Amino acid sequence: MRSVIPKSALALALGVTTALWVGGAAAAETPKRGGILLYVIPSNPPSADAHRETTFGTIHPFAQFYSVLIRVNPDNPASPTDIVCDLCTEMPKPTNGGKKYTFKIRKGVTWHKPAAGAKVSKDVKKVYDQVGGTPLTAQDVKATFDRIVFPPKGVKSARKGFYRMVEKISAPDDETLVFDLKYPSGAFIPAVAAPYNFVYSKKVLDMDQHWVEKNVLGSGPFRFVEWQPGAFIKAERNPDYYHEGKPYLDGTEAIFAKKYSINLQALRGGRAYIQFRGFPPKMRDDLKKALGDKLTVQESAWNCVLFATPNNKKKPFDDVRVRRALSLALDRWGGSKYLSKIAIVKPVGGIVFPGHPLAATKEELQKIAGFWPDIEKSRAEARRLLKEAGAEGLEFVFHNRAVDMPYKIVGTWMIDQWAKVGLKVTQRVQPTAPFYATLRTKKDFDVSMDFNCQSIVNPLIDISKFNSDDISGNQYAGYQDRELDKMYDQMNRTGDVAEQRRIMRAYEKRALDEKAYQFPTLWWYRIILHRSEVKGWKISPSHYLNVDLSNIWLEEPLRSAKPK
Amino acid sequence: MYQYIVKRLLLVVPTLFGAAVLVFLLMHLIPGDICELRMAGEGGYFDPQAIDDCRAEIGIDRPMYVQFFDWIWGIIRFDFGTSMWTGQPILYEMGLRFELSLQLAIMTTVISVLIAIPLGTISAIKQDTWIDYVVRSFSIAGIAIPSFWLGIMIILGILVITQAWFGIPWMPPIKYVPIWVDPGYNLSMLIWPAVATGYRYSAVATRMTRSALLEVLREDYIRTARAKGLLEKVIINRHALKNSMLPVVTVIGIEFAFLMGGLVVTEQVFNLNGLGKLFVESVINKDYTLTQALVMLVVTIFVLMNFVVDLFYGWLDPRIRYA
Amino acid sequence: MAVSEVQVEAAVEEFAERAPLPLVVLDLIRRQPLGTAGAFIVIIMILMAASAEFIAPYDPIVNDFANMLLAPGAEFWMGTDEFGRDILSRLIYGARTALFVGFSCAFIGATAGLVLGVASAYFGGTFDLIFQRVMDVFMAFPLIILALAVVSILGPGIQNVIIAITIPFIPNCARVVRSSALAIREIPYIDAARALGFSHARIILRHMVPNVMAPYLIMITAFVGQAILLEASLSYLGLGVQEPTPAWGLMLSGGAEEYAESAPWIAIIPGIAISLSVFGFNLFGDALRDALDPKLRSQ
Repeated sequence: MRSVIPKSALALALGVTTALWVGGAAAAETPKRGGILLYVIPSNPPSADAHRETTFGTIHPFAQFYSVLIRVNPDNPASPTDIVCDLCTEMPKPTNGGKKYTFKIRKGVTWHKPAAGAKVSKDVKKVYDQVGGTPLTAQDVKATFDRIVFPPKGVKSARKGFYRMVEKISAPDDETLVFDLKYPSGAFIPAVAAPYNFVYSKKVLDMDQHWVEKNVLGSGPFRFVEWQPGAFIKAERNPDYYHEGKPYLDGTEAIFAKKYSINLQALRGGRAYIQFRGFPPKMRDDLKKALGDKLTVQESAWNCVLFATPNNKKKPFDDVRVRRALSLALDRWGGSKYLSKIAIVKPVGGIVFPGHPLAATKEELQKIAGFWPDIEKSRAEARRLLKEAGAEGLEFVFHNRAVDMPYKIVGTWMIDQWAKVGLKVTQRVQPTAPFYATLRTKKDFDVSMDFNCQSIVNPLIDISKFNSDDISGNQYAGYQDRELDKMYDQMNRTGDVAEQRRIMRAYEKRALDEKAYQFPTLWWYRIILHRSEVKGWKISPSHYLNVDLSNIWLEEPLRSAKPK
Repeated sequence: MYQYIVKRLLLVVPTLFGAAVLVFLLMHLIPGDICELRMAGEGGYFDPQAIDDCRAEIGIDRPMYVQFFDWIWGIIRFDFGTSMWTGQPILYEMGLRFELSLQLAIMTTVISVLIAIPLGTISAIKQDTWIDYVVRSFSIAGIAIPSFWLGIMIILGILVITQAWFGIPWMPPIKYVPIWVDPGYNLSMLIWPAVATGYRYSAVATRMTRSALLEVLREDYIRTARAKGLLEKVIINRHALKNSMLPVVTVIGIEFAFLMGGLVVTEQVFNLNGLGKLFVESVINKDYTLTQALVMLVVTIFVLMNFVVDLFYGWLDPRIRYA
Repeated sequence: MAVSEVQVEAAVEEFAERAPLPLVVLDLIRRQPLGTAGAFIVIIMILMAASAEFIAPYDPIVNDFANMLLAPGAEFWMGTDEFGRDILSRLIYGARTALFVGFSCAFIGATAGLVLGVASAYFGGTFDLIFQRVMDVFMAFPLIILALAVVSILGPGIQNVIIAITIPFIPNCARVVRSSALAIREIPYIDAARALGFSHARIILRHMVPNVMAPYLIMITAFVGQAILLEASLSYLGLGVQEPTPAWGLMLSGGAEEYAESAPWIAIIPGIAISLSVFGFNLFGDALRDALDPKLRSQ
């Protein structure tokens, strides 16, 4: 069996570009201690419980307080497959035919002692005093994963479905954690490495499962100081952190500000040094012009993708020829070139994150309808199919979300492209809440914009969007295809990467090329802007990853800056 | 007088109740669902069961009339419940923002009064001269210019000017610190929205001052004062202004009621963590309980303000009491 | 009030008979400079909206990404926005949207208010009492909050925006009209008319309505300005008119703020347009009010 690793390295280079424009700084510099990191978050967390939420608005402010079991390597976050230990001592090899994973939990991890200036109520202080300083053991990690995989009544675990392969979780002693699976699965390790799996204290969970929604008690690089909902969150360095030498910062302060213009001005005016979500290309250009060398730009492919979702239950979109035509009409290769100048999209990819070993190579991709290298040929075929299906000059309404970046921009481009094969499309834009009502519940759309954003790159789970709508949690095209469901199961139950890849190609061919139930248009492109004095942070394909801030350090003059 | 007070008080209750019914209906007619929004908001995968659990937990799967009575019963006991989005008590969420909104409302009112009274007086005294026209144009411009646009222009102006003069751009603070903790920092943040909004609100008060003063100046006793030979300045200051202040104070009082929570767009522009921003977010998030509570707060302040003004008028002008 | 109007009319007729039109206009300008300036602005706006197809240099809707965010220059007099659309053209077509929204809301709102206010004053009794309370409830909501709630229910889009803005206007107008109508109601003339057997409709239409024309007209001009501002606020919040309709408020949301530093013309120009038009309507409305309300005229 040919190893797929060399090809994947090429795919990596193709899909994941990390450009560092900096005034001279190389990778190997000695980190300096001290300073407060100011950052801005374009969201407002509904709660502090990452098990229950799906928004980056919870990760960005709270990840710094918690440890996780395993995670994407913070020194190499661009790689979707480099997963390392945080609380464990070494990455375990599965035993028992791939069905048993035994983690050894490291010694010397303690729960936070309360910070000196922590602004909390008396009740919370009592909990801090009780639990703070006690050691973290495998019992805590077991309680955490029990909550995630087998949530007790009344507790919401948003990603419970990722862990269907888990049979049992046990902690035979304080340093050992064992996962027993029902079947071997390549999706297990990436699922456990999800950034949402904050490790909570068993004592706290036993006292009140909902305490962690409003309060913070962790074992991570920073300790909780103050949280003012809607305004800001403050943290200070954890002196007892188990990763020697880290964190380098004395503390952090994050401000919640939804508007991107405010984010940009904050960076420009020095009220924030970094923002971990991303900026559109034009803002990058403007800020670069304004700040010059003081600004560093990091770019990467983003694990988010835009979809076009035809309503398979509505005529004429139940006809596969019409759906194929819709996909063939879009010039993805050309569109990427100029849309990437004005919107946060760029990479062209299939159903798997471009750059992952399981993703299609450029050659494989170009065989799928909609990805052919010759756009004239594609459009001619599209017109032919429409004529054959009796849908020439079809008029329909494209349903889109009322957010410019990148939905409206790409939506406008799509309508333009469809006009080129004679389709007459008008756009119907709705704000987020009614948009979801239409997409998920009412389903009264012709073709809708859709998207799929995941945290850790885990294609075996991410593509569940293509499964039948009674199985998938987020398929809105309204179809059922048992073939696809079968292939999905097969892929998830084999541990052999080559076999996974083979089935993935067949799955992709059926979903996109043969049936075109719903199809990706363009993948997103992440542009992170930060002050050049912020060092040690490397970009990853997901804005949910690598935000625990433990490896960040500041250069002068920001290090001595006294933020108010 | 008692009868008057009781009568006015009795009118307050149905108004508040009517407002409660109205806002409840409005909220529950809005399509979309907070649980959907929370789980599906970013297009990621989530467990479909989670949405049903969420709905049951918040209580939006109960029939409408049950939810309504539950809410009304809660309000009567001053229990506004918890926000559906964060789960925190609503009084807590509102309390966090109340301080900033109150300070902004006070600063805005002060600025608008400082502009309105002198300008309104000058405009009345020099009626129909070019001074009058300039002042009236200035004040009408205040109503015409969208205050959020003025805010955007102010922010832009600050950035550009500080860049040009000092080389480094300065941005007003985006984190709120109470005024007694650090007055300089606090004022440097709130002065800009206060000016942008204060200019707008001054327009109404200016026109009120002008027309009230004009009316008073036509009164017979002013004519008598002039006939007696009193200086115009003395007439204005001692007689006319004081007597024309009543409608002006009314207008200012009512405008103040609207400033609490009504500064919806300004708070967006300046990223202020106030009641207006909370309101917009709660509407967008479909957080019924929070939206309802906020609207009731604004409405109650307005109704109470009106009530106080009515009492004031009734006390001052006996004719009104017997109408 | 009716009496002084008749006097004014008579005076003007007399004057017109004696002097040619241009002199009359000049005299008007001298006596009401602000009002004339306002009327001038309003007329320009109406002309702009009416002749949009002829004077707009480019199509306001078509995207042209190659030309995005260009500064004002020879080719695009007011520059282009983030979709490459000509701002001048969008401005001109935007006048149409603004006037459409403004006049619709003002007219429908004021007329509904007129009808309800007069009816309430005329019929009195429990109907009036209940109606007043309902109006109180609506008036206790800040304009923008009510508009926001209605738009959230109905969804965005120009028709829904008009409905959302009209609804708060109705009680505002009704209250003013009602107090004017009440004054007429008390005149013995009305009771006499009823005694003589005149129908309700005739009395209302012939006697009450003409006497509340003044506040009605004043409210309309005030409402147009307010409607334009409300629409701008709603569009700014993303809940008003949607892309790609050219509307001044919409032009101020999204791209305007994000590119405010590198492309300030996107933010500055629509704001000036909104301000100028509301300014014009307000000046005109003010002058109208001064003309119709004798107490405020100088001696």
